[in-house]
Amino acid sequence: MLSGDRIIGAVRDSEVRTILTVPDRSTEEGLLGPISRDPGFRHVRVCKEDEALGISAALSYSKQRALILIQYTGLLDSLNAVRAVAVEYKMPICMMVGLHGKEPDVAPTASRNYGIRIIEPILDAMGIAHHLVDTDRDVERIGPAIETAYATSNPVALLIGRRPVAP
Amino acid sequence: MMKRDSWLRILADNVAQDQVVVAAYSTAFDWIAIRPSAFNYISSGAMGLTSSHALGFALAWPDRKIILLDGDGSLLMNLGSLVTIADAAPENLVHFVSENGVYEANGSHVIPGKDKVNFAGMAENAGYARCLEFSEETDFQEELPAILNTKGPVFVTMKCERGEAYPRDYSQMHGPAVRQRFAEAVADF
Repeated sequence: MLSGDRIIGAVRDSEVRTILTVPDRSTEEGLLGPISRDPGFRHVRVCKEDEALGISAALSYSKQRALILIQYTGLLDSLNAVRAVAVEYKMPICMMVGLHGKEPDVAPTASRNYGIRIIEPILDAMGIAHHLVDTDRDVERIGPAIETAYATSNPVALLIGRRPVAP
Repeated sequence: MMKRDSWLRILADNVAQDQVVVAAYSTAFDWIAIRPSAFNYISSGAMGLTSSHALGFALAWPDRKIILLDGDGSLLMNLGSLVTIADAAPENLVHFVSENGVYEANGSHVIPGKDKVNFAGMAENAGYARCLEFSEETDFQEELPAILNTKGPVFVTMKCERGEAYPRDYSQMHGPAVRQRFAEAVADF
């Protein structure tokens, strides 16, 4: 079980007020839908995931916290922007990445899906902190991860391991 | 044909010292030579993302005008940002594009669509509030005050060619000291 409501609550408690999104099948019902209807968030729809890196980096200069909500395919497509803006520029870029197609209770690196299997090794190779959020117990990782990203000005990836249940 | 540094000098004469200007590559090098300022932001990282950084600043500071100096090659790498910007509809953003038809920073090879693509037309169809195109300095000089006072997002194509050669020091574009200087400059915004 993974509650979308609890994830959204953890994001809100982390003082994130802007959510930058490209829809992902695994998170659209439990996260994107409720966020898009929540007036407490500024929701910015981007055409392509790398745009969100630039927008989020710029917002950080005004101390405004943002979260990028995308699918792992979008992360893969944006790796040059992640490399430049997030890693080399040391910007507090927080990415919540849906691992669409990951089998429940299976580690991402053990997935039958090649695209999912390579995500954590790529993040490790790039030196990007990452945390798997696969059950409700993992939701408590979200707040400290975002806090650390902004405190140290470094990127973080929160990997959503299963379809969050809609509130 | 209008020289790029000529219209940038006209722009520099019309902006405040604390005006945030977000600039890309070759236009950025000209701009920082013409108008050196801690309020210049040129650290957009991956090519094409300058327009996205500018949108972020426009959303961050809705009461401040944000000026974006994009390039045609850069914009081609992030065309979707036209739609994203129009959808977010920041009234405080003015998006200039230097259209010289080449990837100047990479050997001046011709861009796809040179002399065919209509950038202002694309921005208009994406939903920008106002779109213009200039190829003459005098016309631009006359219209600029109104452009800067127009509710945006405004898109302006500047058909131009390279003018005077300014220093190309990439450490001034990517160095951490540049980002730190900008962060300190805008800390009180």
